[in-house]
Amino acid sequence: MTVYLLCFTLLLVGIYGIITKRDLVRIIISSGIMGYAVNLLIVLFGYKNGSIYAIFIKDTPVSPQMMVDPLPQALVLTSIVIELGTTAMLVALAVRLFEKYQTFDITKIRRLSG
Amino acid sequence: MILPFFIIIPLLTAFIITLIAGERDNWAVILSIIAVISLVALSVFCFVTLNGRTIVYEMSNWKAPIGIILAVDALSAFMLMIVAVIALTSLMFSVHYIRHLAPSWKYYALFMLLVTGMNGVIATGDLFNMFVFVEITLFAAYSLVAYGCKAEEFEASFKYAIMGSISSTLVLVGIGITYAATSTLTLAKIAEVLQQKDPMVTLWIGGIFLAGFGLKAAIMPFHAWLPDAHSSAPAPISAMLSGVLIKALGVYVLIRLFFNVFGGITIFNEVFVILGTISILVGGFLAMGQWDFKRLLAYSSISQIGYIILGLGLGTWLGVLGAVFHLVNHAIFKSLLFYNAGSLETAFGTRDLRKMGNVAKALPITSFTSMIASLSISGVPPFNGFFSKLIIIIAAIQAGRPVYAFLAAVGSLITLAYYMKVQRFGFHSRNIVPVEKDVISFGMNSAMIILAVLCLATSVLIIPGIREVTLDPIVAVIMNKTGYISQIFGR
Amino acid sequence: MNQQAGMTLIVKTVTRISVWLILLYGIYIILHGHLSPGGGFAGGVIIALAFLNVMLAFGRDFIKNWLNIEMLHDIDSSSATMFLAVGILGMAFGGSFLANFIPHGTLFNLVSSGTIQVLNIVIGLKVGMGLFIVVWALALFHLDRKELK
Repeated sequence: MTVYLLCFTLLLVGIYGIITKRDLVRIIISSGIMGYAVNLLIVLFGYKNGSIYAIFIKDTPVSPQMMVDPLPQALVLTSIVIELGTTAMLVALAVRLFEKYQTFDITKIRRLSG
Repeated sequence: MILPFFIIIPLLTAFIITLIAGERDNWAVILSIIAVISLVALSVFCFVTLNGRTIVYEMSNWKAPIGIILAVDALSAFMLMIVAVIALTSLMFSVHYIRHLAPSWKYYALFMLLVTGMNGVIATGDLFNMFVFVEITLFAAYSLVAYGCKAEEFEASFKYAIMGSISSTLVLVGIGITYAATSTLTLAKIAEVLQQKDPMVTLWIGGIFLAGFGLKAAIMPFHAWLPDAHSSAPAPISAMLSGVLIKALGVYVLIRLFFNVFGGITIFNEVFVILGTISILVGGFLAMGQWDFKRLLAYSSISQIGYIILGLGLGTWLGVLGAVFHLVNHAIFKSLLFYNAGSLETAFGTRDLRKMGNVAKALPITSFTSMIASLSISGVPPFNGFFSKLIIIIAAIQAGRPVYAFLAAVGSLITLAYYMKVQRFGFHSRNIVPVEKDVISFGMNSAMIILAVLCLATSVLIIPGIREVTLDPIVAVIMNKTGYISQIFGR
Repeated sequence: MNQQAGMTLIVKTVTRISVWLILLYGIYIILHGHLSPGGGFAGGVIIALAFLNVMLAFGRDFIKNWLNIEMLHDIDSSSATMFLAVGILGMAFGGSFLANFIPHGTLFNLVSSGTIQVLNIVIGLKVGMGLFIVVWALALFHLDRKELK
């Protein structure tokens, strides 16, 4: 139970960072932290005590019952790829914003009202 | 057999465009228009031949609870049709508009990715696959919002991307908890397993998904990103975002999850009704104070989505009918209004309503179609908006909630008020503003005319006899609590 | 090419040797994706890192002469098209989108997974080229603080 709570805390750290930080780069890093927390949570959902990775290896017979659930790992792999894309997108936007405003401070980037 | 083509055609077009396009965008235009026309034909064919069945397609021959399936029923086929039609008009509008703005094949490649993502979200029958397609759509949307390379556009896009990443994280948490609770990701199987579980599990999952997809549908407490993103994007993209994206990613997914998978739980319907009503009123009041035409339209989208959510939350046959009908109507007239805004922006170089004038003489088609769209959206008979709002209000009275019916009627009056403002100050003001001749091309005009005709034509959908073959199967899909499971597994 | 661009001579010399080893490792990871941890995405990232290594060591002007960026773009888009082509071939020969239509082979051999290996290679190319182009495009910007106009 503790590990789940820690994951949840990490998620809250990420959300806190996004809400309170004023620097674009810190916001991007916070959104990354948020994503890692969820990935960790999903991997933990598939874990069971005393089991091994879900890969068959030649000449070492292992029964599938001893393996962890591989599906959450596949999900996490996909979501890591998606997060890579999101981060690249955000970084590109931050770079272009810097070009336009010469700052990373969001309190100074305010041409849109509301 | 035709289902994977809804995803293959636009995706293949997107990548072929990146391969063969040179400096000019001629090939990109031709290819993407061919692709979207074939999507229109496919989706109409799919909807007509459906007859209340559900088509299930097993990807790479894996059977339903294990592999990823595509499943299209009346609701999905109808949504696919809306996406294809709006995408076609949007492309027709884009050709000239984008040449005016910044011509590039990149626009068309991203546009096809946007269509791919939305078609995927609508056609899939697997929760995680749905998430992946949502992300594909959002990537394309972020880049397209920032397409014009102005400072405000990057700002709006950044805000949109941050909001999107928060909502995706919430959705991913929801997917993780769903998998932990049910050990499956196929929607129909989740529905089957959740019936035997503790109702508290469904409440927890539902709450997280409501926050996640509510952010994408821009229901009231989660609406902050919408006005910036939708008003900063190029006009045809605003039409796609406001017209179909928030419906495909937000409303459609909410319907699928909360009605077909969770089985229409009363407490969520209650939440829908309250959030919907708040969205109607607050969105309307915020729209009234705007002078920027596209910003006003964006706030109006929040308000109109409120009607759809309210109708769904009522949970009665009539309420859901009104919601589905308003969904298609809003897709049509909101896209039309954004095209109007785009053509005004091309002609006058501004979006401020106070700086416009003598539109009726300079741009007769824009002026005329915007009049039709304004009348439709404010609910004046005989246009389609009148019927859908009337049905939702009657449904609220029949469901024994006269207060909500009254508030919805008030919202309709507010809508009328701010579109009166648009007509009075924007289109029929006494300003004389010089306009270049022939800035609005044939494609832009025909896109507007097609949608204006559809504004009138879709009000036919409600006539008994036509309703039985178009809207009723969709409502039947939404209202049938166990039908989705049995249709998918073929029992 | 400017001798002063990039990092010191030590880094350049080490990079000249290690870049090929890193590339080889990426290819190994891609080809063994169905047998061991890794696969198209992981291998593709390693390939992209090999190129990035060169970019960091020699500077971005060197990369422009060393690699044909246009060609990388084309590989990037054509690999995505090839992924779809494999899927459609699966439709033609296997009965369903992305279905397997190549014989399986014996377990634990290098060629033993039907279309999965082909898809791994295609994804590896796509991720490798795509990731490198993304970082290269970001590196084109000059982030010097100027006075606002």
